[in-house]
Amino acid sequence: MREVVLALLHGDGAHGYELKQTLDGTFGDLLPALNAGQIYTTLARLTRDELVTSEPVDGDTRGKRVYRLTPTGRAVLEEWINRPVPGVRLKSEFLMKLVAVAAARLAEPGRLIEDQRHEYLQSLRDLDALLGSGRHGPTAQLLVEGSILHLRADLEWLDLVEARLVNEGRVA
Amino acid sequence: MTPVLETRALAKTYQSGGARVRALDGVGLAVERGEFVAIMGPSGCGKSTLLNLLAGFDRPSSGEVWLGGRRIDGLGEAELARLRRRRIGFVFQFFNLLPTLSVAENVELPLLRAGQPRRAARRAAGKLLDELGIAERRGAAPATLSGGQQQRVALARAMANSPDIVLADEPTGNLDSEATRGVLELLGAARRRGQTLLLVTHDARVAASADRVVRLRDGRITADGRLAPARAVPDPLDLGDGG
Repeated sequence: MREVVLALLHGDGAHGYELKQTLDGTFGDLLPALNAGQIYTTLARLTRDELVTSEPVDGDTRGKRVYRLTPTGRAVLEEWINRPVPGVRLKSEFLMKLVAVAAARLAEPGRLIEDQRHEYLQSLRDLDALLGSGRHGPTAQLLVEGSILHLRADLEWLDLVEARLVNEGRVA
Repeated sequence: MTPVLETRALAKTYQSGGARVRALDGVGLAVERGEFVAIMGPSGCGKSTLLNLLAGFDRPSSGEVWLGGRRIDGLGEAELARLRRRRIGFVFQFFNLLPTLSVAENVELPLLRAGQPRRAARRAAGKLLDELGIAERRGAAPATLSGGQQQRVALARAMANSPDIVLADEPTGNLDSEATRGVLELLGAARRRGQTLLLVTHDARVAASADRVVRLRDGRITADGRLAPARAVPDPLDLGDGG
């Protein structure tokens, strides 16, 4: 999130409300909870880390400030632009849970798999409904479509986990 | 309420090259009127066998099949055919379209058989084909259609009579994402009209649109869960913690 705000402040800078409008316009209903307070929290942290500075807007009596990047802020932004986001995601909260719970015999692995499968299917339904609602822009749509593809892969992976455990006799 | 479809201790054993294969092993399933049920499970789990037994295309080795409070697994072929024509729309995995009839004629056939006048049948078939985005191929022979198009014709045919029960074996098996959406919309409309839907599917998106997901493994039901109406999705940028 930090870098997204830096990118939006690049150039002439912006005040908090403009940032909110840009984000709202891009992500629309995907950010139902976005409020001004969250924007200002982010800006306060960026200021603390000396990535942005701000100055009051001339003649504004409500204390409105314009935020701009510092040289450090520009360097952080540049570094972020030039570094692809990591591809390997070898982290699975579910697998950790499965291993830990099975080791301690706290629950049946088959039940954990089924509960997780149900959650993924429900999430797929949630996202499909969002996609069908038409209340989002093209960027948000891509985000949702990507998430749907990930969920389908997650579900296929659960089938694999289950098949493996059935073969090993650990799921009846 | 009497379930519209029910199986009791349903079992089916096949003879395959000297070996006995247990395709279904004591399946008890009750489907209420208007439910949309997705049946999932690995290949060979018995999904298609279950569907065929429900439609009366095959006979169980033991156990019972009930349709609308009437036991049907012992009925004669003619009676079963009459029952299917009146109450069940079936979408086959491999379409089973009649090759010598046009696309539109395939869809009109069940309507004509049910006694509808030709003109009304033509109109109803045209509307269905239009909804599925294949109206422009109405005069074509099924063999000239792509797999995905044939699948949609098969679905239109199954829905033509507005049967109170629709059974479908992998109805989106050959479809791309766009065409899948069309099929899901059609199924959703059927669901809203109060038709009962029971689909065998590998497609998680189809399953996610169902009210209830039943899983089979080795001929047995291993899970049977309900999905809730769609929930609001969480904030993707997680602005709360400021990154």
